[in-house]
Amino acid sequence: MFARFLILGLSMAKILKKEQLSDAVWRFRLHAPRIAGKRRAGQFIILRPREDSERIPLTIANADAGEGWIDIIFQAVGKTTMQLRDLAEGESVSDLAGPLGRPTHIEKFGRALCIGGGVGAAPLYPIVSALFAAGNDVTTIVGARTKGLVILEDDIKASSNRLMIATDDGTYGTRGFVSDVFKGLMGAGEKFDVAFVIGPVIMMKVTAALTVAAGIKTYASLNPIMIDGTGMCGGCRVTIGGQTKFACVDGPEFDASQIAWDEMVTRLNAYKSFETQARENYHACKIA
Amino acid sequence: MLVTARIAMKEQDPIARGRNFNEVPYGYTGDEAKAEAARCLQCKKPLCVEGCPVNVKIPEFIGLIAAGDFIAAAKKIKETNALPAICGRVCPQETQCEARCILGKKGESVAIGNLERFAADTERESGNVELPPKSPSNGKSVAVVGSGPAGLTCAGELVKTGFDVTVFEALHEAGGVLVYGIPEFRLPKAIVKKEIEYLEALGVKIVKNFVVGRTATVDELFEDEKFDAVFVGSGAGLPSFMGIKGENGIGVYSANEYLTRSNLMKAYIDDPSTPIIKGKRVITVGGGNVAMDSARTALRLGAEKSMIVYRRSEAEMPARAAEIHHAKEEGIEFNLLCNPVEIIAGENGAVTGVKCVRMELGEPDASGRRRPVEVKGSEFVIDCDVAVIAIGNSPNPLIPNTTPGLKVNEKRGTISANEADGRTSKRGVYAGGDIVTGAATVILAMGAGKTAAESIALDLTPDPGLEDLPPYLRRVNYSGPSFDGNVGGSTRF
Repeated sequence: MFARFLILGLSMAKILKKEQLSDAVWRFRLHAPRIAGKRRAGQFIILRPREDSERIPLTIANADAGEGWIDIIFQAVGKTTMQLRDLAEGESVSDLAGPLGRPTHIEKFGRALCIGGGVGAAPLYPIVSALFAAGNDVTTIVGARTKGLVILEDDIKASSNRLMIATDDGTYGTRGFVSDVFKGLMGAGEKFDVAFVIGPVIMMKVTAALTVAAGIKTYASLNPIMIDGTGMCGGCRVTIGGQTKFACVDGPEFDASQIAWDEMVTRLNAYKSFETQARENYHACKIA
Repeated sequence: MLVTARIAMKEQDPIARGRNFNEVPYGYTGDEAKAEAARCLQCKKPLCVEGCPVNVKIPEFIGLIAAGDFIAAAKKIKETNALPAICGRVCPQETQCEARCILGKKGESVAIGNLERFAADTERESGNVELPPKSPSNGKSVAVVGSGPAGLTCAGELVKTGFDVTVFEALHEAGGVLVYGIPEFRLPKAIVKKEIEYLEALGVKIVKNFVVGRTATVDELFEDEKFDAVFVGSGAGLPSFMGIKGENGIGVYSANEYLTRSNLMKAYIDDPSTPIIKGKRVITVGGGNVAMDSARTALRLGAEKSMIVYRRSEAEMPARAAEIHHAKEEGIEFNLLCNPVEIIAGENGAVTGVKCVRMELGEPDASGRRRPVEVKGSEFVIDCDVAVIAIGNSPNPLIPNTTPGLKVNEKRGTISANEADGRTSKRGVYAGGDIVTGAATVILAMGAGKTAAESIALDLTPDPGLEDLPPYLRRVNYSGPSFDGNVGGSTRF
C-alpha cells in the first residue's frame, strides 16, 4: 500500500535545489523518486513549468535513486525555459513525465570518446559516467564559448580517464573548437572504439563528420522539437539512413553517420519567429 | 405506419462557425426532444440496442424523454454507458443504432444520438448528477493504462462493482483522444472534464504524467504495486506517414500533431505557449473523421482555403456522414480520387504545395472498397503552406515492447486479445480499444473496455464455490458475453 501511495503523490515534482551554473544555465534538482529509480543514461523527461506552459524535453543530467531526485540542466533562452528558471526553490513544476527515450547502449567498448559542446555537457555527463563505470577508458572533450560557460567540469573529470577542454576565445584549455582538439588526438595517432557527440546541432554535425571519417562508430543524441514524447505526434521525426524515425521513442541517440543533419536543422528552426516573439512578450510581461 | 420527419438539431451558421471553435450544434430544446422521442415505435424487440456496442437501453430512455422525465432518461443510459454526453456527440450512430431503426426503412430513423446527447446534457446542466449505487469494496485492485474511451469505460464499470481502480495517463491531462484529438467544436473539453470528474466521484483514481512502459512496466504494476489485474487501453498513438518525398518539411504535420497542438496545447487561443503554423491554404490528406477534424480546425485557425485530398471517392470515405456534411457546409474543398506523390518545399524548407496524381476506381480490394488506381501522366500541384497527413495511426508500441509474454500481432503492432472477453495471452492482463483493433471509433473502444471489465470481475471475483470453473461459468447469474470457443486457446492465459 505504501508503494501505491508513492504513485499518487507523483505529479508533485518539487524543486529541491536551484543553482545557476553560468549566465543563462541552471541546474534544478527535482523530487522524482520513481524517475530517479528507473532512469538510465541517455534518457530524458518532459516537463511543463506552469500549467499553461509548453511541454519541453530535458535530458536527465544526474539522479540518485536512494534519495529520490533527478537533476536537469537547461539554458534559459526561450519562454518556457525562462518560466522554469523563474520558479523558486521549494515550488513545484506543474508536470513531469519520464524517463523517456531509449537508454544509451552501454558496454565495455574499450576506448570511448565523449564530446560535448556548450550545455551538451549536461546530457553527456550520465553517458560519460556510465561508460566509465562499465570499465571503458574514457576521454572526454568539452567545449564552450568562454571559460565561464564550462559546466560540470569536476563531475565529468571524476568519471573520465582524461578530460580536455576547449574554449572559442582561449580563456580556458585549448583555444578553438572541440573538433580542433579531436583533430589533435588523431594527429597524435590515437584510436577510439566508440564516440558519443552531444551539443548544438551544428557542432554535432561538424564533429560527427570528423569522427565518422576517422572510422569511429559515433552516436549523437538529437534534440528535435517534441510535444508528447511518447510517439503519439511525430513532431520529433528525423531521417536516419533514409527512414523516418521518431526521436522520442526510437532515439534520442542515433548512429551519427546516418543522420540527415540539414533536415534536422531546418525542422529545429520551424518556429523561430514565434519563439522570438514569445520570449520578448514574456520578458516585457515580467518587466511590467 | 406514419413516418414523420426527424427533428433537426439547430446549428451555428456554417460560415460563422468556420471561424470559431464553439460547438456546431446547439442541442435540442425540451420540446424538440419530446417530439423526436415521440417518433420512437418502442419496438418489442429493439434492433437499435443490438446495433449499440454497449447495448444502451434505447427504447427505455427514449420513452422517458417522451414522458418528460429527462433526468431519469440520463440515468437509464448510464446504466450501460458511463460517457453518454460524449457518445451522443461522436458515435457513428448512422452505422450502428440508427442504422437498425425500423423507421429508417421508410424514412428517417429516430435521432438516437441527438436524444442521448440531450438527456446527458440536461442532467449535467441541472447540476444534479447522482452517483449510481456502488458495490462494497471487494479488496481487489486494477490498473488501467490510458485514460481514453476504453480505459475510462473499463474504470467506470470496475469501480461500480467494488474494485479499487487507478488509471495511468501519459499526458498531463486525462481523456486520451477525447482531449488531444477530437476538437472543441465537436466535443467541448468542459464536457469531457465533467465526465471524468464523475468517474473520480465514483472513486476512480487518475494518475497523470505516468508513462506505462517507461515510468513503470506492466510487470512492475503487478510486482511492485500489487495490482491484481491490468487493463491496457493505450490507443492508436503512432501516426502513419505516406513515405513520400518532402514529408518532413516545415508545415507538414501528422494529424495527431496538428490536433494536439490545437486541442491539448491550446494553440488556437491568443498568445499560446505552444505554437502552430496557421496556414492560409491548408491541405489535409485523408478521408476519415480525423481528416475532417483537421480540415475544419485549419479553417478555424484562419485558413482562407482548407482542402481535403483523398485517393478514393466520397462513397469510400470512412468519416461519419455528419462530419463530411459539416465540412462541406463550412466550405472545405474536397479533392477526391487524388493521391499525393510528393510534398514540395521552398528554399527555407517550408511546404509550398502538394504534387498529386489523379486516381480512378478499379476492382474491390481486401477491405471491399474499390481499389484506387493511378491515372498515368495526370500529375498536378495544389499550392499550400500547411499539409496535414491524416491517413491513420498504428498502435503505440511502448507497452507491447516492454511487456514480456504479451502476444502481439507483429504485422499490425496490435496486442492480441479476445474480442469477446478482452483477455490477452498474459495472465491478469486485458486489453481493448485501438491498441487491439487498430484505429477505430470511440464507442468500439468503450465497448471493449466494458467487455474487459466484465472479464476482470469474473476472473478476480468469482461467485463463492465457482472459483474452479471456467471463467464464463463463474457467475450464478451471468449475463455477459457467451463462450466463444477461445477459452483455453492460445490467446487465453
